[in-house]
Amino acid sequence: MRYLPLTPADRQDMLKRIGAASIDALFTDVPEAARLDGPVDLPMHQTELQVERALSKLAGENTPASSVPFFVGAGAYKHHVPATVDHLIQRSEFLTAYTPYQPEISQGTLQTLFEFQTQVALMTGMDVANASMYDGSTACGEAVLMAARVTKRKKAVLAGSLHPHYAATTKTLAKYMDIAVASTAPDLDGLTGIAETIDDETACVVIQTPDVFGRLHDLTEISEKAHKHGALVIAVFTEPVSLGLVKSPGEMGADIAVGEGQGIGVGLNFGGPYVGLFACKNDRNFIRNLPGRLAGETVDADGRRGYVLTLSTREQHIRRDKATSNICTNSGLCALAFTIHMTLLGEKGLTTLAQLNHETACDLADRLSAVAGVELLTGTFFNEFALRLTKPAADVVDALVDRGVLGGVPASRLYPGEGLEDVLIVAATETNTPEDLAAFETALREVLA
Amino acid sequence: MSMNTQGRPTRIEHDIDPGGYETLSGSRGLDQAEPLLFERGSLEVTGVDLPTPKGGPNRLGSMKREGVIGLPGLAEPETMRHYVRLSRKNYAIDLGLYPLGSCTMKHNPRLNEKIARLPGFADIHPLQPERTVQGAYKLIEELARWLMVLTNTPAVAMSPKAGAHGELCGMMAIRAALDARGESGRRRVLVPESAHGTNPATAVQCGFFTDEIPADKTGRVDMEAFKAKLGDDVAGIMLTNPNTCGLFERDIKEIADLIHEAGGYFYCDGANFNAIVGRVRPGDLGIDAMHINLHKTFSTPHGGGGPGSGPTVFSEALAPFAPLPFIVKTADGAQLKMAENDGDADGEARPFGRLTAFHGQMGMFTRALTYMMSHGADGLKQASEDAVLNANYILARLKDVMTPAFDGTCMHEALFDDRFLKDTGVTTLDFAKAMIDEGYHPMTMYFPLVVHGAMLIEPTETESKSGLDRFCDVLLGLAAAAAAGDADRFRAAPVHAPMRRLDETRAARQPVLRWTPPVAEAAE
Ligand SMILES: Cc1ncc(COP(=O)(O)O)c(C=O)c1O
Repeated sequence: MRYLPLTPADRQDMLKRIGAASIDALFTDVPEAARLDGPVDLPMHQTELQVERALSKLAGENTPASSVPFFVGAGAYKHHVPATVDHLIQRSEFLTAYTPYQPEISQGTLQTLFEFQTQVALMTGMDVANASMYDGSTACGEAVLMAARVTKRKKAVLAGSLHPHYAATTKTLAKYMDIAVASTAPDLDGLTGIAETIDDETACVVIQTPDVFGRLHDLTEISEKAHKHGALVIAVFTEPVSLGLVKSPGEMGADIAVGEGQGIGVGLNFGGPYVGLFACKNDRNFIRNLPGRLAGETVDADGRRGYVLTLSTREQHIRRDKATSNICTNSGLCALAFTIHMTLLGEKGLTTLAQLNHETACDLADRLSAVAGVELLTGTFFNEFALRLTKPAADVVDALVDRGVLGGVPASRLYPGEGLEDVLIVAATETNTPEDLAAFETALREVLA
Repeated sequence: MSMNTQGRPTRIEHDIDPGGYETLSGSRGLDQAEPLLFERGSLEVTGVDLPTPKGGPNRLGSMKREGVIGLPGLAEPETMRHYVRLSRKNYAIDLGLYPLGSCTMKHNPRLNEKIARLPGFADIHPLQPERTVQGAYKLIEELARWLMVLTNTPAVAMSPKAGAHGELCGMMAIRAALDARGESGRRRVLVPESAHGTNPATAVQCGFFTDEIPADKTGRVDMEAFKAKLGDDVAGIMLTNPNTCGLFERDIKEIADLIHEAGGYFYCDGANFNAIVGRVRPGDLGIDAMHINLHKTFSTPHGGGGPGSGPTVFSEALAPFAPLPFIVKTADGAQLKMAENDGDADGEARPFGRLTAFHGQMGMFTRALTYMMSHGADGLKQASEDAVLNANYILARLKDVMTPAFDGTCMHEALFDDRFLKDTGVTTLDFAKAMIDEGYHPMTMYFPLVVHGAMLIEPTETESKSGLDRFCDVLLGLAAAAAAGDADRFRAAPVHAPMRRLDETRAARQPVLRWTPPVAEAAE
């Protein structure tokens, strides 16, 4: 077997040295009834070529985003990732390293994490960021738990236009922590009624912008109200590219900003792995309550600047049952991909990329809203918007597949039974060509005719 | 034209000891000094070519950003150098033995990477129409089948994003099952002292509290202490098997039976499943839930800290409570679909909720299945056996000089304590740092907590015998040097790494968690 260096002769020699008659002698602590006498009922080993053939066949049964006019978003976005990014993250020293527990031989990982934290803090307009969470949805849940710890309050309110998977994840995480999490109704404006819910017992309000329908929200007023009541504002985003063009959570008074970093550096990957971004204000109480790893600057014995994992007394391996979170393995390599892509872009590239996304989405909105039977529901948006159709959106999306267009996400897939059957969520990015937009428009015209 | 060989000396003519000197650049030959991106880049530079935006009106309303973000960029060649230089300051499994106990640093096959990058897997969206991703669903189902067969369990939740997330998945299912039985009062979770920190942290996130079980003299659960702790407030036990001392819990069946009799559930931390894959099925041991770290046992790369993937298998008793989403057949049986929302689950299912957006770590699923198919049932069994053999070989070679924490053979990792360093002035930490100078990544140190100055060595099956011999020779040599009173060498170590020891206390006391522009500093 190609991954196993030991030869049969090695094995014999080693057993002799150990003083074991056979390999079975090393498994005698296993209860007899649980010892298998032969291999389990699964296929035997295969060559590289065989495995590649079998799995390529499965891959071939899927429709890659790049192969069609593609407009699916709602929490994950198709962007171009420069070839450099994928090359660098496949460097052995990054790909096959463990968590940087020995800083003397892990400065590569540690310095890039420090750069990542800085980039995330800058983009979100916050002071500090951690070294990543699993994804945006778990970051959102952890932010609510953190807000409850910081404020010592047990009530959280989620805007109805927070991505429903994020809302569900947050509710699951809070469920047994004695924190009451409520959502406002999923109206297409997104923020109706949320300010009214804030009172002196509210730990936090959680608002996504751009929201799941693509709508942008200014959080300034709601932040003022929340702060008057001692509550925190958690700003959520699922499209990091938007931060190149729109006001940052920090500018609008948010206390914690969390989001999905997938759109920069990380491909679609059918939902994972992604990278959760987690940033907050510089406040001792906040930082003490942060979940996840943090890289920090220090010096070595010779006084040279270097980086280490720090403030670990928040974490499970030190604090065990009193840890701020149980997270251990995070999204290291995706964070690296994010950082490398961000470094290539720089402010100039990010701003241009964001602008291209926005312009493509504006063009698409113009084209589609000119189709009979389509109403554009989103006034201010970044690269995603909602349409009301004269037919059920799920059926329309299905009919679009037959015309070779992947035309968005029916809102009913995210909000079943909420009366949003006629709403379609459509995203456009820099990867969409004018021909893609035309193909979508034509296909939609046919389907709605 | 003939070559001029005259001008260039080819002999080492001077025998000069240069001593240590600081270079002008801060670099040391191939170990090049590399500043932060923020000290190198500029706001004006970008390393990507993009079309020029049209400009004109926008639909951002009042939401357009006005200020500068402050993100520097680098041109592509500069980006390449920056990150390649940084990469060279890392140790990696591709460079050498990485014997971190409990972490399972095995070779990461590149076929896995290739398959994960096929556009049919890497370039598909979790919410695109289901009939355009049937192959992806089939892959997830096939991986699920392998995991269920290898564990002999009837169900598996695929969405957990890492081991700790899998723990949350399992413990939440236990909580939901207890609630469904009307026994929400059961809040005590028994956790051995040797447990990984994620276990108690997870239990608390599910509203439980933990009660520690001591280890017995052999490094396993103290059965008398365990029995004494059983009662009608016990929700269950979280037990790692093989445990974090690298030992198989001999009494595991009895533990399972007793916890079940007491009305509790058995959560097994499967981080060490790699020792027994293909030889023992945890379902046969009476477990109710167990996460499997695909990034350990099934070779998906650690990536400097993640991502991972922690599918969690369930017994019949807990299967109905498995979280959303999960794959089911369409009504006509012709296609697969994802049950994503509460209403999608059938009569039996009572999912406790959703743990994450979308469907889990597809990129890790493709890698893990590639690895499993490559090995096959026979190869996976051989891999476990070789992992155990390699660990025992290390134990056998070192046990007369270093001090094993417990008697007898081990499973996939060998645990030593620091008795052999007694009176040498060398600590476990010093010993570990000296290994760095020798070109090795240290073993896991000071874990598990039940052993003084613990050194947990996990070689994995992907090391050769000659590689293990070289490693053991070095450790024996270091132990001899410590015994000979060469403590300063250890305390100074490492001296040949990219950095000397770093001041962690300073990092924590005066936290600097991000770069800030020098101007802002001056203004403060
Ligand atoms: C015994 C044990 N349990 C649980 C975990 C947590 O797994 P993960 O880091 O994937 O969350 C680890 C890994 O570090 C471990 O070694």
